[in-house]
Amino acid sequence: MQGFTESLVLGAGGLNIGDMIIQLVFFLGLLALLGKFAWGPLMNMMKEREDYVANEINTAEKSREEAQRMQREASEELKATRQDAQNIIEDARKTAGQQERDILESARAEAERMKESARQEIEQEKEKAVQALKDQVATMSVMIASKVIEKELSQKDQEALINQYIDEAGEER
Amino acid sequence: MNSLNHEAPMWEDAFGISWLDFNLSNVLMMFVASLIVFILGVAATRNMQRYPTGFQNFMEWLIDFIKGIIGSNMDWRTGRLFLPLGLTLFAYIFVANMLGVITNGVVGHTLWWKSPTADPGITLTLATLVVVLSHYYGVKLRGGKEYAKGFVRPLPFLLPFKIIEEFSNTLTLGLRLYGNIYAGEILLSLLVGLAATGVGGFIGATVPMIAWMGFSTFIGFIQAFIFVMLTMVYLSHKVSEDH
Repeated sequence: MQGFTESLVLGAGGLNIGDMIIQLVFFLGLLALLGKFAWGPLMNMMKEREDYVANEINTAEKSREEAQRMQREASEELKATRQDAQNIIEDARKTAGQQERDILESARAEAERMKESARQEIEQEKEKAVQALKDQVATMSVMIASKVIEKELSQKDQEALINQYIDEAGEER
Repeated sequence: MNSLNHEAPMWEDAFGISWLDFNLSNVLMMFVASLIVFILGVAATRNMQRYPTGFQNFMEWLIDFIKGIIGSNMDWRTGRLFLPLGLTLFAYIFVANMLGVITNGVVGHTLWWKSPTADPGITLTLATLVVVLSHYYGVKLRGGKEYAKGFVRPLPFLLPFKIIEEFSNTLTLGLRLYGNIYAGEILLSLLVGLAATGVGGFIGATVPMIAWMGFSTFIGFIQAFIFVMLTMVYLSHKVSEDH
């Protein structure tokens, strides 16, 4: 029973210096070997992945900003283009109105001019006709008068007299 | 009580040196535990990918687990130093604990296969290593003056208690692990002894045996966790500024 108590207190063999030395050597060796072959590479890999993820997030953030910037630019561009188009249409409309007015104006002027020239022509023709008529009437009057009063008046006096009458008559008209 | 009469394969007075004794079963089991941990560690990290799969995932979980233990005790900038130590301690102690849970191997009357951590000398060696490391890093990271001042803080008359504390820390750290694992092994060997008495004993022992093995697995994990946790607590006492 004494052996049992002893083994309960100190374990099967008690404290063995040799075991302790070997445990120390084994543990330090294990620490060194694992550090070199297992933990080192594993932690490097985890660090690398951490860096990779951080890098990816940065890149994503950057491209998101880039995309936003480009979208803004595009919408500004679109707005400017729309404005341009509006301006062009406006210009065209203005030009068309101007032209319409010009054409109407010139047509009206032309018509006016034609009317004017026609009137002048008519006036001239009338003048000519009146002149011709006057001549003819004078001649015929002279002929009539010479036939009526051949004896009393010389041809010359008669003509002067008749012309005087005719002029008077013409002025009264 | 038969099962407790197994003898240890001792090699006493090795090389003719009177104080040098080896328990060869401990030597064997330390070697086995170290080998298993080393093979597992290398196998897990042999073929590493950026997108981890399977075993690598498990090892990364383990690293995060130990990181959590360290992070709860000290600043990660200094704590980073102790990550390999914590990982190796945890893996080694857990595997060592499990070796005795799986089975106890007896050849003739000699107990060969057991947990190396069921021996006080071995657990005390680990505990001493941890405490010595804490002193070493205390001097290295904070300078000799700050390290010495730590003994008279917050009040000078606490100096003797602080010195006693260093030894009691070592003892409790080592003996806690030893006691838990050794008790587990005793109960397991008692149950094996009961099972060996006959058919009735075998039937009677099966259920408690399974239950106790499950519990011992749990204890083995918890003790490894506690050992690493206390290691980090002692280290942080020595290396942190705010103590």
